[in-house]
Amino acid sequence: MAQRIIIDPVTRIEGHAKISIHLDDAGNVSDAEFHVVEFRGFEKFCEGRPYSEMPGITPRICGICPVSHLLASAKAGDAIMAVNIPPAADKLRRLMNLGQFIQSHALSFFHLSAPDFLLGWDTPPAQRNVFGLIAANKELARAGIRLRQFGQEVIQILGGQKVHPAWAVPGGVRSALSEAGRAKIRAWLPEAHATTRVAFDLFKHTMETHKREVQFFGNFPSLFMGLVEPDGTWEHHGGKLRFTDSSGCIIADQLEPSKYADYIAEAAHPGSYLKSPYYSPLGCPDGMYRVGPLARLNVAERMGTPLADAELKLFKGLGRGAVTSSFLYHYARLIEILTCIERVEQLMDDPELGSDYLRADAGINSLRGVGVSEAPRGTLFHDYTVDRDGLLRKVNLIVATGQNNLAMNQTVAQIARHYVRGTDIPEAMLNRVEHGIRCYDPCLSCSTHAVGQMPLEVRLLGPDGALLNRVTRG
Amino acid sequence: MAARTFTIDGKLVTAEENATVLDAATEAGIDIPTLCHLEGVYDVGACRLCLVEVTGIGKLLPACTTRVAEGMEIKTDSERLRKYRRMTIELLFAERNHVCAVCVANSHCELQALACRLGMDHVRYDYTFPRWSVDNTHTLFGMDHNRCILCTRCVRVCWHIEGAGTKNVSGRGSHSHIISDLNQSWGSSETCTRCGKCVMGCPTGALFAKGVTVSEMERDRTKLEFIVTAREKKQWIA
Repeated sequence: MAQRIIIDPVTRIEGHAKISIHLDDAGNVSDAEFHVVEFRGFEKFCEGRPYSEMPGITPRICGICPVSHLLASAKAGDAIMAVNIPPAADKLRRLMNLGQFIQSHALSFFHLSAPDFLLGWDTPPAQRNVFGLIAANKELARAGIRLRQFGQEVIQILGGQKVHPAWAVPGGVRSALSEAGRAKIRAWLPEAHATTRVAFDLFKHTMETHKREVQFFGNFPSLFMGLVEPDGTWEHHGGKLRFTDSSGCIIADQLEPSKYADYIAEAAHPGSYLKSPYYSPLGCPDGMYRVGPLARLNVAERMGTPLADAELKLFKGLGRGAVTSSFLYHYARLIEILTCIERVEQLMDDPELGSDYLRADAGINSLRGVGVSEAPRGTLFHDYTVDRDGLLRKVNLIVATGQNNLAMNQTVAQIARHYVRGTDIPEAMLNRVEHGIRCYDPCLSCSTHAVGQMPLEVRLLGPDGALLNRVTRG
Repeated sequence: MAARTFTIDGKLVTAEENATVLDAATEAGIDIPTLCHLEGVYDVGACRLCLVEVTGIGKLLPACTTRVAEGMEIKTDSERLRKYRRMTIELLFAERNHVCAVCVANSHCELQALACRLGMDHVRYDYTFPRWSVDNTHTLFGMDHNRCILCTRCVRVCWHIEGAGTKNVSGRGSHSHIISDLNQSWGSSETCTRCGKCVMGCPTGALFAKGVTVSEMERDRTKLEFIVTAREKKQWIA
């Protein structure tokens, strides 16, 4: 008899979600679904607001990656004004995005994911968290927290606050980098480098001890998408989009990000508020693509900074063409932290960051504006349609987690297949399925974190919805 | 002009006979919370935040429109007044859609500052979530009715300082709202001189300069006072 296993809620991700695992008549996993059960409604309730307010409103979508929404929103505003922002403003926005990458990636690696593979999958949930990490390895936990703090400081120094700074505006930014801020960032760089080095050593050891996980934690062919510079260098705020396939071949390059609708379509699924975008020339589900650190490193030919480029070579050696294991999102995240630190270092020598020419001014010169920027979790699209007075008529946001939706479903199914036999719901499976999701660092945008006891409910349902088996903990 | 002697919070105070309780208290260094009051234009007693107790009178009186009288005993602070002021400010928040965190006037808003001063930590009334629109048709300024508290400062400065008479109030009760000319879009108003005095006078983020984002709407009210003073003292007449 076909059955369904539900994991609800999934924790230690940014938000609430649940997982359903469908079993076939033989008790084997046939399919899996990752449901997002929250409804936010941002696209709807922003209608009617002036576009100039959007960089203030959209960062409220999330407390972890407010900067990503801030920047994409400001860029969409630039497009509505049809202006080129002052060069200093572009550099400053980039600096803030680098800070955002560092803090978000450090959070994902040290606070959310490392407890799983450092403390062991089967450690009780009450200990398998950042507090458990502190108890087991105080210095490592402290260094991880400090690395995140470094990224947060960069954001605060520029925007005045760590979370939700309304600092980027259509046309530019509101303030420059102060000399005191520059000195503070510069002084912190050696420590950030040292922590990153430790994290690399740690993860390389983990790859040795977790070969099974590398094998089947979301290891499957898919497309990858990310921004690249014209010469194929890793990009995070400008550039154009590139798609590659799992053999590493470029299937589309230098796509104009604002014309995303020409090559990305969105599918909606009953049971989830998360849309599933796909590469439309290949249709759904063949057009499934992944975004985020793994994808960006797969599409990029080089990182553009020396230390990160050396690591990228090692990373690329882990796949044939593209690196297809989602467990290696963690590795990709560390390489991105490294290039971000190197890029921050380079920017610190740029006197233009202190410029007072920071904001272009214009009226409504285009009734539509698309802003695209790389968020830590993947490519973020803000698409605004306004009336002639600048009031929003339509808002479309395509976020990273949505774009990884189809891949997350496959990851869950792949992991569950290794652990589920018959009607039993093994604890080992639950822990690993949750980590499979965490590899993508999904952001479901409610900034809720479960720390400590992990509430978990798994239900095994027959095709008629009858409850066959139930496991709860928490 | 005759003088009147009375007490405010037990303090003996003297003021001219046509002074308001608010004038007398301010002169005596006693601070009464206000919201619709704006230096330079007449008072209307719209917001009810300056309510005071007067011995012998059962109801609470607005300090801004109550004239002083001989022997009056006025109380500007009591448990009862604090309760009513807190209730009034909560009702203002419940009546429209005030979202401070993303408001252009955040940190520069008199409504927000007063809510903090009066200790409003939450609103006990159900929010009404009315559907109000934004008028962004003017070339320089915008009006967000969601943030309007109907203090009518904009109406008063428009009529009595600028003399344009563009702004007015239409509707009744919860349907009351600020209009331009004959209830038309601000941008199509023929009387608006684009002077911006209404924007300068607005206590919240309801009136704003176009293009501003969170917390950017800072106002310089000294300009309004300067204009009024210059006019009263005939500084512009050679």
